[in-house]
Amino acid sequence: MKIRNIAPYLYVAPSLIIAFIFIYYPVMENVQSSFFSWSPFSDTKEFVALQNYTRLFDDSVFLVALKNNLIHLVISLAVQVVGGLVLAAILEDVVFRRVAPVLRTVYFLPVLISISVIGLLFSFIYNPDIGLLNKFLAMVGLEEYARGWLGDSDTAFPAIIAMGQWQGIGYITMLYIVAIQKIPPDLYEAAEMDGAGKIRKFLHITVPQVKEISFVTIIYTVSQSILTFSDVYVLTKGGPGNSSQVLSTYLYQKAFVDSEMGYASTIANVILGITVVVYLIQAKVFKNGQEG
Amino acid sequence: MKLTVETGRNPYVAAKQKRRRSLGSMIVISLTFLLLSALFLAIAYPLLWMVINSFKTTEEIFSNSWALPVQWLFSNYAEAWNKGVSKYFLNSVFVTAVTVFLTLLFSVLSAYGLTRYSFRGKYLVLALLSAGIMFSPQVSLIPLYKMVQALGIHDTHWALILPYVAFRTSLIVLLVRSFFLSIPKELVEAAYMDGCTGIGILFRIYLPLSMPILFTSGLLTAYWAWNEFLFAVIFIDSDSLKTITSGLLAFRDAMYTDWAVLMAGLVISAIPLVLLFIFMQKSFIRGLAEGGVKG
Repeated sequence: MKIRNIAPYLYVAPSLIIAFIFIYYPVMENVQSSFFSWSPFSDTKEFVALQNYTRLFDDSVFLVALKNNLIHLVISLAVQVVGGLVLAAILEDVVFRRVAPVLRTVYFLPVLISISVIGLLFSFIYNPDIGLLNKFLAMVGLEEYARGWLGDSDTAFPAIIAMGQWQGIGYITMLYIVAIQKIPPDLYEAAEMDGAGKIRKFLHITVPQVKEISFVTIIYTVSQSILTFSDVYVLTKGGPGNSSQVLSTYLYQKAFVDSEMGYASTIANVILGITVVVYLIQAKVFKNGQEG
Repeated sequence: MKLTVETGRNPYVAAKQKRRRSLGSMIVISLTFLLLSALFLAIAYPLLWMVINSFKTTEEIFSNSWALPVQWLFSNYAEAWNKGVSKYFLNSVFVTAVTVFLTLLFSVLSAYGLTRYSFRGKYLVLALLSAGIMFSPQVSLIPLYKMVQALGIHDTHWALILPYVAFRTSLIVLLVRSFFLSIPKELVEAAYMDGCTGIGILFRIYLPLSMPILFTSGLLTAYWAWNEFLFAVIFIDSDSLKTITSGLLAFRDAMYTDWAVLMAGLVISAIPLVLLFIFMQKSFIRGLAEGGVKG
């Protein structure tokens, strides 16, 4: 009888223990760490109360990073969510039935390739000497726009965003394709009887019918944009002159380059705040849907 | 489509209208097709360019990066493999395989405990396990870095595997649990009558029925672990222990003058998941769709 009582706890114990050690404890310690000034190389930890937080507002690099995250977010929502939905609807149209399987597979390929490969490939594409982008511009007669894309503080971050869209659109498109295939065909047939054209069918049937997956894609895209790290790390590490810094790379730089651990923890808490709000919104929205 | 023209109007006018409309829509269709093709090229061409250039000499990449190789140098691949990529590749295989195994094991055990038993604190446990997806690795990076050092696993594969398992279990446990909930109670009761208990029911009833969701979950976890970047870069210092994501960055620095070999290394690193996708497209897409937010 005793054993039956503890059995369920034994089943859940491994997952709980590992979650506590590697997720919950670090998150809590990080909150505490943000009230101190400390470096990994010394034992002294100076309590600074909220100074790390007030410092954020005067830190121009932090503000650039936050702004870059927001730009990334807006562009990703426009290109990946809106663009992905339109693309999915086009690919699911009967007119393109023959070419759609090939196209959607190719559009999806970058999703499968690790960011290091994509990042290094794009560092070739943006390369001023051999880069495909400059060669392409020269080919279409726009060579005056050619430049070292990643070495120029005006274009470094846009170039990073562009790569992100290139890699990410196939994923969102695929999610929408799956959702569109589940829409009952008679909805479209009824609309056709009423003489609805393709655009009206898209706006009045497709968009409302994929509402649920749209919540997923929006939340996914928002959190990807807020958390973006690897794209920037591989291409520019935040440079030149911090122009392409985002929250995560700035956090990395403060922690592992400048050894300002307390301040880095503070930046991490900003990210924590944003992502928790995003997930709470998601949880609330999903509660109206289904459990699980 | 066919239903649109059957109106009671003058057939001549109707036919004329139909022709006009189809001319207009032909233009729209052609323009759309042009756009689709442009996107196709924008995505496929850089990938193809990478593959083609991986067979050239580095001088050839500089002098003529658009053309086909004069001579197809398969030796670039051998060189990339021998100069480090094999190491990173095998490390990634090991880390990914162990992560998948442990994530599935922990998730299955928890999901089973949560569906089969009612016990005090059950919903708290469920909430704690699933709320893990709310926290991104960035948020706990600094304490985690200290933790990994305190545990003495810094610069070992366990510094990757254990956090990976922790972060992935929170998602997979939900997928497995919702599948377990759909297994009919009668099956379980019948097995119970036959003398199966506890772990026996898990292995004889639940697991055999859950193969599809376990396969999907495994694929999803593998995809994530193979591509994980942040921990891979920060928790591993030794070159001999690096996985593909962090290893390629070291490889770039080592091969700075030998771009052709670097390109071959990139192709080798891209191949496994692309192949996996081509052979298992259906499960893969289902997994990504179900994994949803934390894909």
